[in-house]
Amino acid sequence: MSFLEYRVKTVPGGLRKVFYLNWPLVVLITAVAAVGFLILYSIAGGRMEVWAEPQMKRFAAGLVLMFAIALVPIWFWRNMAGLAYGTSLLLLLAVEFFGVVGMGAQRWLDIGPLRLQPSELAKVTMVMMLAAYYDWLDLKKTSHPLWVLIPVLMILVPTFLVVIQPNLGTSLMLLMGGAAVMFAAGVSIWYFAVVAALIGGLVFAVFTTRGTPWQFLHDYQYRRIDTFLDPSADPLGAGYNIMQAKIALGSGGWGGKGFMQGTQSRLNFLPEKHTDFIFTTLGEEFGFVGAFSLLILYGLILFFCFTSALQSKDRFSQLLIIGLSANFFLYLAVNLSMVMGMAPVVGVPLPFLSYGGSVMLVLLIAFGLIQSAHVHRPR
Amino acid sequence: MRRTARDTEESARRINRRSLMMGGAMVAMFAVLGVRMRFLSVEQADEFRLLAEENRINMRLIPPERGLIFDRNGVLIAGNEQNYRVTVTREEAGDVDAVLARLTNLIPITAEDMERIKRDLDRNSPFVPIIVADRLSWEDFSKVAMNAPTLPGVTPEVGLSRHYPLVEDFSHVVGYVGPVSERDLEERPDPDPVLRIPEFQIGKIGVERWMEDTLRGSAGNKRIEVNHVGRVMRELERTDGTPGRDLQLTIDAEVQNFIQARLGEESAACVVMDVNTGEIIACASSPGFDPNLFVRGITQRDYSALMEDDHRPLANKTVQGAYPPGSTFKMVTALAALEEGLITPETTHYCPGYLEFGDRRFHCWKRGGHGTVDLAKSLSESCDVYYYEIAQAVGIDKIAEMGRRLGLGIRHDLPMSAISEGIMPNKAWKQERWGQDWRIGDTINASIGQGYVLASPLQLTVMTARIATGRAVVPRLIRAIDGTPEPLPEAEPLGLSAEGLRAIRGGMYEVMNTQRGTAYSSRIADETMAFAGKTGTSQVRNITAAERARGVISNDQLPWNRRDHALYVGYAPYENPRYAVTVVVEHGGGGSAAAAPIARDAILRVLHGDIPPLTAYPANQRGRIETDLNALREKLRDLTQTGNSRA
Repeated sequence: MSFLEYRVKTVPGGLRKVFYLNWPLVVLITAVAAVGFLILYSIAGGRMEVWAEPQMKRFAAGLVLMFAIALVPIWFWRNMAGLAYGTSLLLLLAVEFFGVVGMGAQRWLDIGPLRLQPSELAKVTMVMMLAAYYDWLDLKKTSHPLWVLIPVLMILVPTFLVVIQPNLGTSLMLLMGGAAVMFAAGVSIWYFAVVAALIGGLVFAVFTTRGTPWQFLHDYQYRRIDTFLDPSADPLGAGYNIMQAKIALGSGGWGGKGFMQGTQSRLNFLPEKHTDFIFTTLGEEFGFVGAFSLLILYGLILFFCFTSALQSKDRFSQLLIIGLSANFFLYLAVNLSMVMGMAPVVGVPLPFLSYGGSVMLVLLIAFGLIQSAHVHRPR
Repeated sequence: MRRTARDTEESARRINRRSLMMGGAMVAMFAVLGVRMRFLSVEQADEFRLLAEENRINMRLIPPERGLIFDRNGVLIAGNEQNYRVTVTREEAGDVDAVLARLTNLIPITAEDMERIKRDLDRNSPFVPIIVADRLSWEDFSKVAMNAPTLPGVTPEVGLSRHYPLVEDFSHVVGYVGPVSERDLEERPDPDPVLRIPEFQIGKIGVERWMEDTLRGSAGNKRIEVNHVGRVMRELERTDGTPGRDLQLTIDAEVQNFIQARLGEESAACVVMDVNTGEIIACASSPGFDPNLFVRGITQRDYSALMEDDHRPLANKTVQGAYPPGSTFKMVTALAALEEGLITPETTHYCPGYLEFGDRRFHCWKRGGHGTVDLAKSLSESCDVYYYEIAQAVGIDKIAEMGRRLGLGIRHDLPMSAISEGIMPNKAWKQERWGQDWRIGDTINASIGQGYVLASPLQLTVMTARIATGRAVVPRLIRAIDGTPEPLPEAEPLGLSAEGLRAIRGGMYEVMNTQRGTAYSSRIADETMAFAGKTGTSQVRNITAAERARGVISNDQLPWNRRDHALYVGYAPYENPRYAVTVVVEHGGGGSAAAAPIARDAILRVLHGDIPPLTAYPANQRGRIETDLNALREKLRDLTQTGNSRA
């Protein structure tokens, strides 16, 4: 049951597809990942085996996976969307019951050597599901309330499962990622305006109920917000992370202290220095120049994704690319805002830099899908 | 669902429009991030760079080595000994309990200690080393060091701690050091940061306290890099401090040891001073205590034992004790009268054994009286009535003025604790202190060193030295600092008439060297070292008329703490005075029997530079003295063993 509305003949076949991959994107991703290896090597005090080497292996494995996904026609992935979405919902449920408790939250599943965070996977599968839904949906019904409610539920179910883990950062990203697909699909802007207004009201409610038995968030989440609002108030306690992160970034100055010269990370002042806060070491050792260069690399990745989306005429491909790029953007925007003291510390990794298997794998799967859409676009 | 071409176009158009909007939002966000990045790392860079350095670099003080204290011949009085201790660090130990259990097999750790260790371990960060055992013997210490591989987290350390090799001989003069207390910090307006180093020791009493600034030195420091939990990663820079300066005291440790041993179990004090320089050669207060106990942190039991002892071992009786000087004060009264021209050495008074004044009767110690008494006899036989008579003529204010000129009633500034000013009363003093008029009876009492008059053994020594030389000798305890001798200004003449002084000294000579002299039995046989002095016996209670009627109870029958104090002041040699000596034996009875023999032994010890030869003693006493000196020799410390001489 092919959905093809365009001429399949224009799609390259066989190994010729390799030439049609979005190579600049591959190069950019590898460049960002390489920056990550460099920093992981530096944080470990000049040792490969601690973080850099496992990270490289994962990246290599992920790259292979990405190519494999890229070479599979995009319509296959479209047909898989429902299955993938359902599987990740099951995994999210599984993590509720069999998950490993870490950092005060159930977040991952140990499957053999693989440590899987289903919430990360859900970000991709949810976008696939939404893209497939809007591809199926009659264009005219896009803004019809009933047909808006269905994707909203598709977003809320995994979000709910993540928020009870509890993982505020990821659930917010799921919400925003889903909203991005709906927005791109052309859902009336008024819906978004209403939701924005509701969120404003909710924020108000969250703060006014604080301290009462009906408070919306966990105490630690409130404290993180407090800390975000004024990190210097408690520099040894809750504000420590942000204060130290800012010190690391700031002390780097224009050109940085030099490779392997970052005192903040090497002396362990930086919390989560190899995961969520890895950007601070980049800032400390390579300064504004280094940090801004990374920003440009990220910008270029997004630029190539968007041009790829604009080149495609296929609704599923377009929505998928935009949704996944939006997700990618959310990762980095939230993470960077967080480490630079512009957002609360919510535990979102920096894509391709932060040490961690699930995220790396999921990101490369996402880029595999983007590549697949790119290769199999109608010409 | 198949779409028409128009729908497809429409879909793509919509998506393109929306994605451009999203792209715009993303670009805006990127701009925000970039600006923020620039703000943090360029505009605020200096501030954050400073904070990063503050994070990273800690200053640690290196405690300076405390200055040593030597005696005048270079014998070590206070030194720094290596203190072997063992610490454990929770983080490195892993299973702390297992490590401690293994450690208990090697070195003795009491259950009490174990409790403290566990408490300290719980209370501190895991990287902070906790002292497990302090002041270990070398054997125990090396046992730990050898077993180090099986004791993770356990570190054998060597520190410095104060040590007093001469134990109780200098407990009062030199005092002791101890851990810095809150009070020590409060006393100082701007406490040296080195005082905040844990384990740092500060002078608590005596020379250790009053010469603290000289002895302490200044701390060095090291800049160290620390990680987020404060663990030292490496040393960046090190500036060595200056060690404390060494002190040399005027005291001769051997003489001090001899006298301390000679005082024995008595509650007594003895001061020996060089009359020409004012240097204190010995300053012994008995009983003493072991200052090392305080350095280690004295146990409650030891401390209460010291506090409850009625011989008051903690008191420095030489400067702190203020006693009625008794007859040793008579020289002051006599000199005051001589200076006023009210008497000459030839003036006589008749002593019937008492003086009637108004309805009161003031007794002479000799019930039958001394008959006709001149100045020399009044001293040698210690007639009280003579002084009652002349004191009335002189008046208390002149007597007090003379007392002050001779060094009584004024504070002699020495680096020792609790130095008493004594009391040299006059009319104004009584009015101020008691709000009462001075009465003649008070003068009569004061004339023989009773009543309100109080003086410390140090003050009496100064008085004796000033009489012996006619100069305003000032006592000194510090001979040199770091090898540089302290300036030694020549004492100013007192401006007393030579005849008067000669008459007083003659009287003091007769005390010792005439048959009837009160201290004849304590004379020095060797003419070249002839002893001059004065005995004193001061009442610690009033003898009531009723008691007197019943017959005065002899001292021996009274409880110890009601007996008279025995005093003696003297100098030798008579012809060419070199040393003055004061002995006070609390509740010792008569000065001639209890105090004078000690003074003789002390001054002979100084004059001979060794245990005095028997020839210095009168022939008829030599047998007994030989036994006594031999017994004393047994008790002496061999200073060649303990002294790491540095002279």
